[in-house]
Amino acid sequence: MYWNEEAETIPREKLEAIQLQRLQDTVQRAYENVPFYRQALDERGVNPQSIRALSDVAVLPFTTKQDFRDTYPFGLMAVPIDRVVRIHASSGTTGKPVTAYYTQKDLDNWANLMARVLTAGGLRKGDLLQNAYGYGLFTGGLGAHDGAQLIGAAVVPSSVGNSRRQILLIQDLGVTGLACTPSYALIIGETARELGVDLATTSKLRVGFFGAEPCSEPMRKEIEDVLGLKALDIYGLTEILGPGVAHECLNQKGLHLAEDNFLVEVIDPETGQKAAPGQKGELVLTTLTKEAMPILRYRTRDIVSLYPDQCPCGRTFVRMTKITGRTDDMLIVRGVNVFPSQIEDALLRVDGLEPHYQIVVDRDSHLDELEVWVEVSEDIFTDEMAPLETLELKVGKELETVLGIWTKVRLVEPGTLERSEGKAKRVIDRRELGTTKDN
Amino acid sequence: MASPVSRVKQVSVFIENRPGRLVEMLRVLENKDINIQALSLADAPDFGIVRMILPDADQGIDVLHQAGFTIRKTDVLRVEMPHRPGGLVDTVAEPLARAGLNIEYLYASVDPAPGQAVVVVKVRDLDAAEKALTLG
Repeated sequence: MYWNEEAETIPREKLEAIQLQRLQDTVQRAYENVPFYRQALDERGVNPQSIRALSDVAVLPFTTKQDFRDTYPFGLMAVPIDRVVRIHASSGTTGKPVTAYYTQKDLDNWANLMARVLTAGGLRKGDLLQNAYGYGLFTGGLGAHDGAQLIGAAVVPSSVGNSRRQILLIQDLGVTGLACTPSYALIIGETARELGVDLATTSKLRVGFFGAEPCSEPMRKEIEDVLGLKALDIYGLTEILGPGVAHECLNQKGLHLAEDNFLVEVIDPETGQKAAPGQKGELVLTTLTKEAMPILRYRTRDIVSLYPDQCPCGRTFVRMTKITGRTDDMLIVRGVNVFPSQIEDALLRVDGLEPHYQIVVDRDSHLDELEVWVEVSEDIFTDEMAPLETLELKVGKELETVLGIWTKVRLVEPGTLERSEGKAKRVIDRRELGTTKDN
Repeated sequence: MASPVSRVKQVSVFIENRPGRLVEMLRVLENKDINIQALSLADAPDFGIVRMILPDADQGIDVLHQAGFTIRKTDVLRVEMPHRPGGLVDTVAEPLARAGLNIEYLYASVDPAPGQAVVVVKVRDLDAAEKALTLG
Protein backbone atom coordinates (compact mmCIF):
# COMPACT_ATOMS: atom_id res chain seq x y z
CA MET A 1 0.00 0.00 0.00
CA TYR A 2 2.75 2.50 1.01
CA TRP A 3 6.43 2.33 0.16
CA ASN A 4 7.41 4.49 3.15
CA GLU A 5 4.46 4.11 5.49
CA GLU A 6 5.86 6.24 8.27
CA ALA A 7 6.83 9.08 5.95
CA GLU A 8 3.66 8.99 3.87
CA THR A 9 1.29 9.01 6.86
CA ILE A 10 3.29 11.37 9.03
CA PRO A 11 1.18 13.72 11.20
CA ARG A 12 1.10 17.27 9.82
CA GLU A 13 2.90 18.90 12.75
CA LYS A 14 5.80 16.49 12.46
CA LEU A 15 5.85 16.99 8.69
CA GLU A 16 6.01 20.75 9.04
CA ALA A 17 8.86 20.51 11.53
CA ILE A 18 10.82 18.37 9.09
CA GLN A 19 9.99 20.73 6.25
CA LEU A 20 11.26 23.74 8.15
CA GLN A 21 14.50 22.03 9.03
CA ARG A 22 15.03 20.93 5.44
CA LEU A 23 14.10 24.33 4.09
CA GLN A 24 16.67 26.02 6.30
CA ASP A 25 19.27 23.50 5.22
CA THR A 26 18.41 23.99 1.55
CA VAL A 27 18.56 27.77 1.73
CA GLN A 28 21.89 27.52 3.54
CA ARG A 29 23.41 25.23 0.94
CA ALA A 30 22.06 27.29 -1.94
CA TYR A 31 23.34 30.49 -0.38
CA GLU A 32 26.81 29.10 0.26
CA ASN A 33 27.33 27.15 -2.94
CA VAL A 34 25.25 28.70 -5.72
CA PRO A 35 26.38 32.23 -6.69
CA PHE A 36 23.09 32.78 -8.52
CA TYR A 37 21.12 32.26 -5.30
CA ARG A 38 23.62 34.09 -3.13
CA GLN A 39 23.25 37.13 -5.29
CA ALA A 40 19.46 36.85 -5.42
CA LEU A 41 19.21 36.57 -1.66
CA ASP A 42 21.76 39.34 -0.98
CA GLU A 43 19.80 41.64 -3.26
CA ARG A 44 16.77 41.15 -1.05
CA GLY A 45 18.67 41.45 2.19
CA VAL A 46 17.77 37.83 2.94
CA ASN A 47 20.10 35.18 4.35
CA PRO A 48 19.62 31.58 5.60
CA GLN A 49 18.93 32.87 9.13
CA SER A 50 15.88 34.71 7.80
CA ILE A 51 14.02 31.41 7.59
CA ARG A 52 12.52 30.84 11.03
CA ALA A 53 9.09 29.55 10.07
CA LEU A 54 7.65 27.90 6.97
CA SER A 55 5.80 31.10 6.14
CA ASP A 56 9.19 32.80 5.74
CA VAL A 57 9.51 31.02 2.41
CA ALA A 58 7.70 34.07 1.06
CA VAL A 59 10.81 36.23 1.53
CA LEU A 60 12.76 34.06 -0.88
CA PRO A 61 12.97 34.97 -4.56
CA PHE A 62 11.16 32.95 -7.18
CA THR A 63 13.11 30.88 -9.68
CA THR A 64 11.83 30.86 -13.26
CA LYS A 65 12.49 28.93 -16.44
CA GLN A 66 14.43 31.94 -17.70
CA ASP A 67 16.74 31.63 -14.69
CA PHE A 68 17.50 28.08 -15.80
CA ARG A 69 18.31 29.36 -19.28
CA ASP A 70 20.45 32.18 -17.93
CA THR A 71 22.46 29.86 -15.70
CA TYR A 72 22.85 27.11 -18.28
CA PRO A 73 24.51 24.70 -18.07
CA PHE A 74 25.74 24.38 -14.48
CA GLY A 75 24.95 27.71 -12.84
CA LEU A 76 22.59 26.12 -10.31
CA MET A 77 25.00 23.45 -9.16
CA ALA A 78 25.59 23.31 -5.41
CA VAL A 79 28.19 20.55 -5.37
CA PRO A 80 31.51 20.02 -7.16
CA ILE A 81 31.15 18.23 -10.51
CA ASP A 82 32.88 15.12 -9.20
CA ARG A 83 29.87 14.46 -7.02
CA VAL A 84 27.46 14.67 -9.95
CA VAL A 85 26.61 11.26 -11.36
CA ARG A 86 23.76 12.09 -13.73
CA ILE A 87 22.84 14.97 -15.99
CA HIS A 88 19.43 15.10 -17.63
CA ALA A 89 18.19 17.64 -20.14
CA SER A 90 14.81 18.67 -21.48
CA SER A 91 13.91 17.80 -25.05
CA GLY A 92 13.99 19.79 -28.31
CA THR A 93 14.14 23.54 -27.81
CA THR A 94 15.62 26.52 -29.56
CA GLY A 95 18.90 27.36 -28.01
CA LYS A 96 19.60 25.79 -24.68
CA PRO A 97 17.72 22.97 -22.96
CA VAL A 98 17.09 22.87 -19.22
CA THR A 99 19.77 20.78 -17.52
CA ALA A 100 19.26 18.96 -14.23
CA TYR A 101 22.00 17.25 -12.24
CA TYR A 102 22.01 14.66 -9.50
CA THR A 103 24.35 13.27 -6.89
CA GLN A 104 24.13 9.59 -5.99
CA LYS A 105 22.05 10.52 -2.98
CA ASP A 106 19.73 12.52 -5.25
CA LEU A 107 19.31 9.49 -7.48
CA ASP A 108 18.64 7.19 -4.53
CA ASN A 109 16.07 9.62 -3.21
CA TRP A 110 14.45 9.95 -6.62
CA ALA A 111 14.16 6.20 -6.93
CA ASN A 112 12.58 6.15 -3.50
CA LEU A 113 10.01 8.78 -4.46
CA MET A 114 9.21 6.89 -7.62
CA ALA A 115 8.89 3.70 -5.61
CA ARG A 116 6.21 5.45 -3.55
CA VAL A 117 4.38 6.34 -6.75
CA LEU A 118 4.39 2.79 -8.04
CA THR A 119 3.52 1.25 -4.69
CA ALA A 120 0.55 3.58 -4.39
CA GLY A 121 -0.75 1.87 -7.53
CA GLY A 122 -0.26 -1.53 -5.99
CA LEU A 123 2.91 -2.40 -7.87
CA ARG A 124 5.27 -4.74 -5.95
CA LYS A 125 7.88 -7.46 -6.24
CA GLY A 126 6.65 -10.06 -8.68
CA ASP A 127 4.98 -7.51 -10.91
CA LEU A 128 6.27 -6.79 -14.39
CA LEU A 129 6.42 -3.12 -15.31
CA GLN A 130 6.78 -2.15 -18.94
CA ASN A 131 8.41 1.26 -19.03
CA ALA A 132 7.44 2.95 -22.28
CA TYR A 133 8.60 6.41 -21.23
CA GLY A 134 11.49 7.58 -23.43
CA TYR A 135 14.87 6.49 -22.12
CA GLY A 136 17.65 9.02 -22.51
CA LEU A 137 17.97 12.66 -21.54
CA PHE A 138 14.29 12.74 -20.67
CA THR A 139 13.78 12.15 -16.94
CA GLY A 140 10.73 9.92 -17.47
CA GLY A 141 12.49 6.79 -18.68
CA LEU A 142 15.27 6.41 -16.15
CA GLY A 143 13.17 7.93 -13.38
CA ALA A 144 10.44 5.31 -13.64
CA HIS A 145 13.02 2.60 -14.23
CA ASP A 146 14.96 3.17 -11.03
CA GLY A 147 11.79 3.32 -8.95
CA ALA A 148 10.50 0.06 -10.35
CA GLN A 149 13.83 -1.65 -9.88
CA LEU A 150 13.97 -0.49 -6.26
CA ILE A 151 10.59 -2.07 -5.58
CA GLY A 152 11.88 -5.26 -7.09
CA ALA A 153 9.45 -5.40 -9.96
CA ALA A 154 10.73 -6.88 -13.21
CA VAL A 155 11.31 -3.89 -15.45
CA VAL A 156 10.84 -4.19 -19.18
CA PRO A 157 12.73 -1.12 -20.49
CA SER A 158 10.87 -0.89 -23.81
CA SER A 159 11.14 2.93 -24.02
CA VAL A 160 8.68 4.61 -26.39
CA GLY A 161 7.80 3.45 -29.90
CA ASN A 162 7.35 0.24 -31.88
CA SER A 163 3.82 -0.33 -30.63
CA ARG A 164 3.45 -3.77 -32.12
CA ARG A 165 6.48 -4.93 -30.18
CA GLN A 166 5.10 -3.32 -27.01
CA ILE A 167 1.86 -5.29 -27.43
CA LEU A 168 3.73 -8.51 -28.08
CA LEU A 169 5.73 -8.09 -24.89
CA ILE A 170 2.69 -7.12 -22.83
CA GLN A 171 0.96 -10.30 -23.90
CA ASP A 172 3.80 -12.77 -23.98
CA LEU A 173 5.56 -11.68 -20.80
CA GLY A 174 2.38 -11.18 -18.80
CA VAL A 175 3.14 -7.52 -18.07
CA THR A 176 1.08 -6.22 -15.14
CA GLY A 177 2.01 -2.54 -15.04
CA LEU A 178 2.54 0.08 -17.73
CA ALA A 179 4.29 3.44 -17.55
CA CYS A 180 4.12 5.89 -20.45
CA THR A 181 2.42 9.10 -21.58
CA PRO A 182 -1.40 9.04 -21.74
CA SER A 183 -1.43 9.51 -25.49
CA TYR A 184 1.01 6.68 -26.00
CA ALA A 185 -1.17 4.46 -23.83
CA LEU A 186 -4.02 5.15 -26.23
CA ILE A 187 -1.82 4.43 -29.23
CA ILE A 188 -0.95 1.06 -27.76
CA GLY A 189 -4.62 0.38 -27.17
CA GLU A 190 -5.62 1.46 -30.66
CA THR A 191 -2.84 -0.51 -32.32
CA ALA A 192 -3.88 -3.57 -30.38
CA ARG A 193 -7.47 -3.15 -31.56
CA GLU A 194 -6.29 -2.86 -35.15
CA LEU A 195 -4.43 -6.12 -34.69
CA GLY A 196 -7.57 -7.70 -33.34
CA VAL A 197 -6.16 -7.90 -29.82
CA ASP A 198 -8.26 -6.88 -26.83
CA LEU A 199 -5.74 -6.04 -24.13
CA ALA A 200 -8.51 -5.37 -21.65
CA THR A 201 -9.50 -9.02 -21.61
CA THR A 202 -6.42 -10.86 -22.84
CA SER A 203 -3.57 -9.15 -20.97
CA LYS A 204 -2.53 -9.19 -17.33
CA LEU A 205 -2.35 -5.40 -17.15
CA ARG A 206 -3.60 -4.13 -13.81
CA VAL A 207 -2.29 -0.60 -13.34
CA GLY A 208 -0.72 2.22 -15.32
CA PHE A 209 1.25 5.35 -14.43
CA PHE A 210 0.67 8.09 -16.95
CA GLY A 211 2.23 11.55 -16.99
CA ALA A 212 4.38 14.10 -18.83
CA GLU A 213 1.29 15.62 -20.39
CA PRO A 214 -2.27 16.50 -19.33
CA CYS A 215 -4.85 13.74 -19.13
CA SER A 216 -8.51 14.63 -18.79
CA GLU A 217 -11.03 12.43 -17.02
CA PRO A 218 -12.59 11.27 -20.29
CA MET A 219 -9.14 10.39 -21.58
CA ARG A 220 -8.36 8.47 -18.43
CA LYS A 221 -11.60 6.54 -18.77
CA GLU A 222 -10.71 5.70 -22.37
CA ILE A 223 -7.29 4.41 -21.34
CA GLU A 224 -8.84 2.29 -18.62
CA ASP A 225 -11.41 0.87 -21.01
CA VAL A 226 -9.05 0.01 -23.81
CA LEU A 227 -6.25 -1.42 -21.65
CA GLY A 228 -8.25 -2.85 -18.79
CA LEU A 229 -6.19 -1.30 -16.03
CA LYS A 230 -6.42 1.39 -13.34
CA ALA A 231 -4.89 4.53 -14.83
CA LEU A 232 -3.07 6.74 -12.34
CA ASP A 233 -2.01 10.29 -13.11
CA ILE A 234 1.57 11.16 -12.14
CA TYR A 235 3.33 14.52 -12.19
CA GLY A 236 6.87 15.74 -12.30
CA LEU A 237 9.19 18.21 -13.97
CA THR A 238 12.85 18.23 -14.92
CA GLU A 239 13.60 21.44 -13.04
CA ILE A 240 12.54 19.89 -9.74
CA LEU A 241 13.17 16.16 -10.12
CA GLY A 242 11.51 14.28 -12.95
CA PRO A 243 8.53 11.97 -12.31
CA GLY A 244 7.80 11.38 -8.65
CA VAL A 245 6.85 14.87 -7.52
CA ALA A 246 3.17 13.98 -7.23
CA HIS A 247 0.96 10.98 -7.90
CA GLU A 248 -2.56 9.65 -7.56
CA CYS A 249 -3.37 6.80 -5.22
CA LEU A 250 -5.97 4.20 -6.08
CA ASN A 251 -8.75 6.59 -5.04
CA GLN A 252 -7.90 8.65 -8.12
CA LYS A 253 -9.04 11.87 -6.55
CA GLY A 254 -6.13 14.28 -6.67
CA LEU A 255 -2.37 13.85 -6.80
CA HIS A 256 -0.42 13.53 -3.54
CA LEU A 257 2.60 15.84 -3.51
CA ALA A 258 5.72 14.45 -1.82
CA GLU A 259 5.71 17.21 0.77
CA ASP A 260 8.60 15.85 2.80
CA ASN A 261 10.74 16.46 -0.28
CA PHE A 262 9.07 19.52 -1.80
CA LEU A 263 7.56 22.59 -0.17
CA VAL A 264 4.29 23.35 -1.93
CA GLU A 265 2.87 26.81 -2.54
CA VAL A 266 0.00 27.92 -4.74
CA ILE A 267 0.19 31.56 -5.74
CA ASP A 268 -1.78 34.08 -7.72
CA PRO A 269 0.33 34.26 -10.89
CA GLU A 270 -0.40 37.95 -11.34
CA THR A 271 0.51 39.17 -7.87
CA GLY A 272 2.87 36.47 -6.64
CA GLN A 273 0.92 36.32 -3.38
CA LYS A 274 -0.36 33.17 -1.80
CA ALA A 275 -3.69 32.08 -3.28
CA ALA A 276 -6.70 31.72 -0.96
CA PRO A 277 -7.34 28.16 0.32
CA GLY A 278 -8.96 26.04 -2.36
CA GLN A 279 -8.45 28.73 -4.99
CA LYS A 280 -6.78 27.91 -8.30
CA GLY A 281 -3.29 29.27 -8.70
CA GLU A 282 0.20 28.61 -9.94
CA LEU A 283 2.05 25.71 -8.34
CA VAL A 284 5.40 26.81 -6.86
CA LEU A 285 7.85 24.19 -5.59
CA THR A 286 10.95 24.37 -3.38
CA THR A 287 13.18 21.32 -3.16
CA LEU A 288 13.89 20.18 0.39
CA THR A 289 16.28 17.29 -0.18
CA LYS A 290 18.06 17.90 -3.50
CA GLU A 291 21.83 18.09 -3.14
CA ALA A 292 23.25 18.85 -6.58
CA MET A 293 20.56 21.27 -7.65
CA PRO A 294 18.56 22.82 -4.82
CA ILE A 295 15.78 25.00 -6.24
CA LEU A 296 13.94 27.75 -4.42
CA ARG A 297 10.33 28.63 -5.24
CA TYR A 298 10.24 27.39 -8.82
CA ARG A 299 7.33 28.79 -10.79
CA THR A 300 6.00 25.76 -12.60
CA ARG A 301 3.38 27.74 -14.56
CA ASP A 302 1.00 24.87 -13.94
CA ILE A 303 -2.41 25.90 -12.59
CA VAL A 304 -3.84 23.73 -9.80
CA SER A 305 -5.86 23.96 -6.64
CA LEU A 306 -5.29 22.01 -3.42
CA TYR A 307 -7.79 19.69 -1.79
CA PRO A 308 -8.62 20.82 1.73
CA ASP A 309 -9.46 17.37 3.11
CA GLN A 310 -7.40 14.31 3.85
CA CYS A 311 -7.50 11.40 1.44
CA PRO A 312 -9.12 8.15 2.61
CA CYS A 313 -5.93 6.35 1.60
CA GLY A 314 -4.32 7.63 4.78
CA ARG A 315 -1.54 9.63 3.19
CA THR A 316 -1.20 12.96 4.93
CA PHE A 317 0.48 14.71 2.00
CA VAL A 318 -1.71 17.37 0.38
CA ARG A 319 -3.35 16.55 -2.91
CA MET A 320 -3.56 18.83 -5.90
CA THR A 321 -6.07 18.69 -8.73
CA LYS A 322 -4.96 17.58 -12.17
CA ILE A 323 -3.23 20.40 -14.02
CA THR A 324 -6.07 22.57 -15.34
CA GLY A 325 -4.05 24.98 -17.41
CA ARG A 326 -0.84 26.95 -17.79
CA THR A 327 0.03 30.54 -16.99
CA ASP A 328 1.97 30.84 -20.20
CA ASP A 329 1.19 29.77 -23.72
CA MET A 330 3.17 26.57 -23.63
CA LEU A 331 1.64 23.55 -25.29
CA ILE A 332 2.47 19.94 -24.74
CA VAL A 333 2.39 18.04 -27.99
CA ARG A 334 3.20 14.32 -27.90
CA GLY A 335 4.88 14.89 -24.54
CA VAL A 336 7.12 17.65 -25.89
CA ASN A 337 6.95 21.23 -24.60
CA VAL A 338 6.23 23.67 -27.41
CA PHE A 339 6.17 27.43 -27.12
CA PRO A 340 4.44 29.41 -29.88
CA SER A 341 7.35 31.84 -29.73
CA GLN A 342 9.68 29.08 -30.92
CA ILE A 343 7.44 28.59 -33.92
CA GLU A 344 7.40 32.28 -34.63
CA ASP A 345 11.20 32.45 -34.49
CA ALA A 346 11.52 29.56 -36.91
CA LEU A 347 9.05 31.08 -39.35
CA LEU A 348 10.82 34.42 -39.32
CA ARG A 349 14.04 32.67 -40.27
CA VAL A 350 12.55 31.41 -43.54
CA ASP A 351 12.63 33.90 -46.38
CA GLY A 352 9.44 35.03 -47.94
CA LEU A 353 6.96 34.14 -45.25
CA GLU A 354 4.42 36.60 -43.99
CA PRO A 355 4.26 36.90 -40.22
CA HIS A 356 0.68 35.72 -40.30
CA TYR A 357 0.46 32.22 -38.98
CA GLN A 358 -1.73 30.02 -36.86
CA ILE A 359 -0.82 27.02 -34.82
CA VAL A 360 -3.39 24.27 -34.85
CA VAL A 361 -3.07 21.37 -32.48
CA ASP A 362 -5.30 18.41 -32.99
CA ARG A 363 -5.44 14.85 -31.91
CA ASP A 364 -5.90 12.25 -34.58
CA SER A 365 -6.20 8.70 -33.29
CA HIS A 366 -4.62 9.67 -29.98
CA LEU A 367 -1.53 11.09 -31.61
CA ASP A 368 -1.12 14.82 -31.17
CA GLU A 369 -0.61 16.63 -34.43
CA LEU A 370 0.89 20.02 -34.76
CA GLU A 371 0.07 22.05 -37.83
CA VAL A 372 1.22 25.53 -38.64
CA TRP A 373 -0.84 27.46 -41.14
CA VAL A 374 1.07 30.18 -42.88
CA GLU A 375 -0.38 32.76 -45.18
CA VAL A 376 1.06 32.76 -48.63
CA SER A 377 2.07 36.13 -49.96
CA GLU A 378 2.26 37.20 -53.55
CA ASP A 379 6.00 37.28 -53.14
CA ILE A 380 6.16 33.57 -52.45
CA PHE A 381 3.58 32.59 -55.00
CA THR A 382 5.56 31.81 -58.12
CA ASP A 383 2.97 29.95 -60.17
CA GLU A 384 4.91 26.72 -59.88
CA MET A 385 3.95 23.86 -57.60
CA ALA A 386 7.43 22.70 -56.76
CA PRO A 387 8.68 25.83 -54.99
CA LEU A 388 5.55 26.00 -52.85
CA GLU A 389 5.78 22.37 -51.87
CA THR A 390 9.47 22.78 -51.22
CA LEU A 391 8.70 25.76 -49.02
CA GLU A 392 6.20 23.76 -46.98
CA LEU A 393 8.79 21.05 -46.47
CA LYS A 394 11.53 23.52 -45.69
CA VAL A 395 9.49 25.24 -43.03
CA GLY A 396 8.45 21.87 -41.67
CA LYS A 397 12.06 20.81 -41.35
CA GLU A 398 13.03 24.08 -39.72
CA LEU A 399 10.28 23.60 -37.17
CA GLU A 400 11.26 19.99 -36.59
CA THR A 401 14.79 21.09 -35.80
CA VAL A 402 13.58 23.66 -33.35
CA LEU A 403 10.77 21.73 -31.69
CA GLY A 404 11.98 18.17 -31.95
CA ILE A 405 8.72 16.97 -33.45
CA TRP A 406 7.43 16.89 -37.01
CA THR A 407 5.19 19.82 -37.81
CA LYS A 408 2.96 19.91 -40.83
CA VAL A 409 3.00 23.20 -42.64
CA ARG A 410 0.04 24.31 -44.63
CA LEU A 411 0.03 27.32 -46.91
CA VAL A 412 -3.25 29.19 -46.81
CA GLU A 413 -4.64 32.13 -48.67
CA PRO A 414 -3.89 35.58 -47.32
CA GLY A 415 -6.60 36.99 -45.12
CA THR A 416 -7.87 33.61 -43.99
CA LEU A 417 -6.19 33.84 -40.62
CA GLU A 418 -7.73 35.82 -37.82
CA ARG A 419 -6.43 39.30 -37.28
CA SER A 420 -6.86 41.14 -34.03
CA GLU A 421 -6.03 44.45 -32.52
CA GLY A 422 -4.06 43.10 -29.64
CA LYS A 423 -2.41 39.73 -29.24
CA ALA A 424 -3.44 37.52 -32.12
CA LYS A 425 -4.98 34.22 -31.17
CA ARG A 426 -2.07 32.23 -32.42
CA VAL A 427 -3.05 28.84 -31.13
CA ILE A 428 -6.12 26.79 -31.83
CA ASP A 429 -6.09 23.72 -29.65
CA ARG A 430 -8.74 21.34 -30.88
CA ARG A 431 -7.89 18.64 -28.41
CA GLU A 432 -10.09 18.44 -25.37
CA LEU A 433 -7.75 18.27 -22.43
CA GLY A 434 -8.36 18.51 -18.72
CA THR A 435 -11.21 20.95 -18.81
CA THR A 436 -13.76 18.89 -16.96
CA LYS A 437 -15.35 20.43 -13.87
CA ASP A 438 -14.69 17.45 -11.67
CA ASN A 439 -10.96 18.23 -11.54
CA MET B 1 -4.50 36.78 -88.10
CA ALA B 2 -2.64 35.68 -84.92
CA SER B 3 0.69 34.01 -85.49
CA PRO B 4 0.77 30.34 -84.57
CA VAL B 5 3.22 30.99 -81.72
CA SER B 6 2.70 33.99 -79.49
CA ARG B 7 3.63 35.11 -76.04
CA VAL B 8 0.69 35.68 -73.73
CA LYS B 9 0.13 36.65 -70.12
CA GLN B 10 -1.18 33.80 -68.02
CA VAL B 11 -3.04 34.46 -64.79
CA SER B 12 -2.26 32.00 -61.96
CA VAL B 13 -4.36 31.86 -58.82
CA PHE B 14 -3.46 30.20 -55.49
CA ILE B 15 -6.51 28.28 -54.28
CA GLU B 16 -6.91 26.45 -51.02
CA ASN B 17 -7.94 22.88 -51.49
CA ARG B 18 -11.46 22.91 -50.11
CA PRO B 19 -14.84 22.48 -51.77
CA GLY B 20 -16.31 25.71 -53.06
CA ARG B 21 -13.15 27.73 -53.37
CA LEU B 22 -12.82 27.16 -57.09
CA VAL B 23 -16.49 28.00 -57.55
CA GLU B 24 -15.99 31.28 -55.73
CA MET B 25 -13.14 32.21 -58.03
CA LEU B 26 -14.99 31.27 -61.20
CA ARG B 27 -18.07 33.22 -60.10
CA VAL B 28 -15.96 36.31 -59.66
CA LEU B 29 -14.93 36.08 -63.29
CA GLU B 30 -18.43 35.24 -64.40
CA ASN B 31 -19.85 38.28 -62.65
CA LYS B 32 -17.56 40.49 -64.70
CA ASP B 33 -18.43 38.68 -67.92
CA ILE B 34 -14.90 37.41 -68.31
CA ASN B 35 -14.77 34.44 -70.65
CA ILE B 36 -11.92 32.07 -69.85
CA GLN B 37 -10.03 30.95 -72.94
CA ALA B 38 -7.90 28.22 -71.39
CA LEU B 39 -7.63 26.77 -67.92
CA SER B 40 -5.78 24.16 -65.97
CA LEU B 41 -5.94 23.22 -62.32
CA ALA B 42 -2.86 21.68 -60.71
CA ASP B 43 -3.07 20.08 -57.31
CA ALA B 44 -1.08 19.53 -54.17
CA PRO B 45 -2.53 18.10 -50.94
CA ASP B 46 -3.49 21.42 -49.41
CA PHE B 47 -3.71 23.84 -52.27
CA GLY B 48 -4.09 24.12 -56.01
CA ILE B 49 -2.90 26.50 -58.67
CA VAL B 50 -5.36 27.56 -61.32
CA ARG B 51 -3.71 28.76 -64.51
CA MET B 52 -5.80 30.67 -67.01
CA ILE B 53 -5.61 32.55 -70.24
CA LEU B 54 -8.07 35.42 -70.13
CA PRO B 55 -9.04 37.87 -72.87
CA ASP B 56 -7.51 40.68 -70.82
CA ALA B 57 -5.01 39.43 -68.22
CA ASP B 58 -4.69 42.72 -66.33
CA GLN B 59 -8.42 43.16 -66.03
CA GLY B 60 -8.75 39.62 -64.75
CA ILE B 61 -6.00 40.21 -62.21
CA ASP B 62 -7.63 43.41 -60.95
CA VAL B 63 -10.96 41.73 -60.55
CA LEU B 64 -9.51 38.74 -58.73
CA HIS B 65 -7.30 40.89 -56.52
CA GLN B 66 -10.29 42.86 -55.39
CA ALA B 67 -11.99 39.64 -54.47
CA GLY B 68 -8.99 38.78 -52.30
CA PHE B 69 -7.21 36.16 -54.38
CA THR B 70 -3.46 35.68 -54.58
CA ILE B 71 -2.33 36.07 -58.15
CA ARG B 72 0.76 35.77 -60.27
CA LYS B 73 1.09 36.90 -63.85
CA THR B 74 3.39 34.73 -65.96
CA ASP B 75 4.56 34.86 -69.54
CA VAL B 76 3.77 31.68 -71.42
CA LEU B 77 3.53 30.63 -75.03
CA ARG B 78 0.32 30.09 -76.88
CA VAL B 79 0.66 27.71 -79.81
CA GLU B 80 -1.91 26.98 -82.46
CA MET B 81 -1.68 23.54 -83.96
CA PRO B 82 -3.66 21.31 -86.27
CA HIS B 83 -6.02 19.15 -84.29
CA ARG B 84 -5.02 15.71 -85.52
CA PRO B 85 -3.13 12.70 -84.21
CA GLY B 86 0.52 13.64 -83.97
CA GLY B 87 -0.34 17.33 -83.95
CA LEU B 88 1.07 17.96 -80.47
CA VAL B 89 4.22 15.96 -81.13
CA ASP B 90 5.00 17.66 -84.39
CA THR B 91 4.08 21.18 -83.41
CA VAL B 92 5.29 21.40 -79.82
CA ALA B 93 6.82 18.40 -78.14
CA GLU B 94 9.41 17.39 -80.64
CA PRO B 95 10.70 20.84 -81.56
CA LEU B 96 11.26 21.62 -77.89
CA ALA B 97 12.94 18.30 -77.20
CA ARG B 98 15.26 18.76 -80.17
CA ALA B 99 16.24 22.16 -78.80
CA GLY B 100 17.03 20.55 -75.45
CA LEU B 101 14.24 22.47 -73.70
CA ASN B 102 12.20 21.02 -70.84
CA ILE B 103 8.45 21.62 -70.68
CA GLU B 104 7.45 22.79 -67.22
CA TYR B 105 3.76 22.50 -67.81
CA LEU B 106 1.33 22.43 -70.67
CA TYR B 107 -2.39 22.45 -71.15
CA ALA B 108 -4.68 22.51 -74.13
CA SER B 109 -7.78 24.40 -75.10
CA VAL B 110 -10.22 24.79 -77.92
CA ASP B 111 -10.10 27.34 -80.67
CA PRO B 112 -13.00 28.68 -82.70
CA ALA B 113 -11.29 27.65 -85.91
CA PRO B 114 -12.35 24.14 -86.87
CA GLY B 115 -9.59 21.55 -86.98
CA GLN B 116 -7.39 23.62 -84.74
CA ALA B 117 -6.35 23.28 -81.14
CA VAL B 118 -4.53 25.65 -78.84
CA VAL B 119 -1.81 24.63 -76.46
CA VAL B 120 -0.45 26.75 -73.65
CA VAL B 121 3.07 25.85 -72.72
CA LYS B 122 5.55 27.08 -70.13
CA VAL B 123 9.26 26.64 -70.61
CA ARG B 124 11.95 28.20 -68.46
CA ASP B 125 13.67 29.88 -71.39
CA LEU B 126 10.74 31.36 -73.28
CA ASP B 127 12.90 33.02 -75.94
CA ALA B 128 14.55 29.76 -76.87
CA ALA B 129 11.20 28.00 -76.86
CA GLU B 130 9.57 30.60 -79.03
CA LYS B 131 12.41 30.25 -81.50
CA ALA B 132 12.29 26.45 -81.46
CA LEU B 133 8.55 26.37 -82.01
CA THR B 134 8.50 28.97 -84.75
CA LEU B 135 11.11 27.22 -86.78
CA GLY B 136 9.20 23.96 -86.32
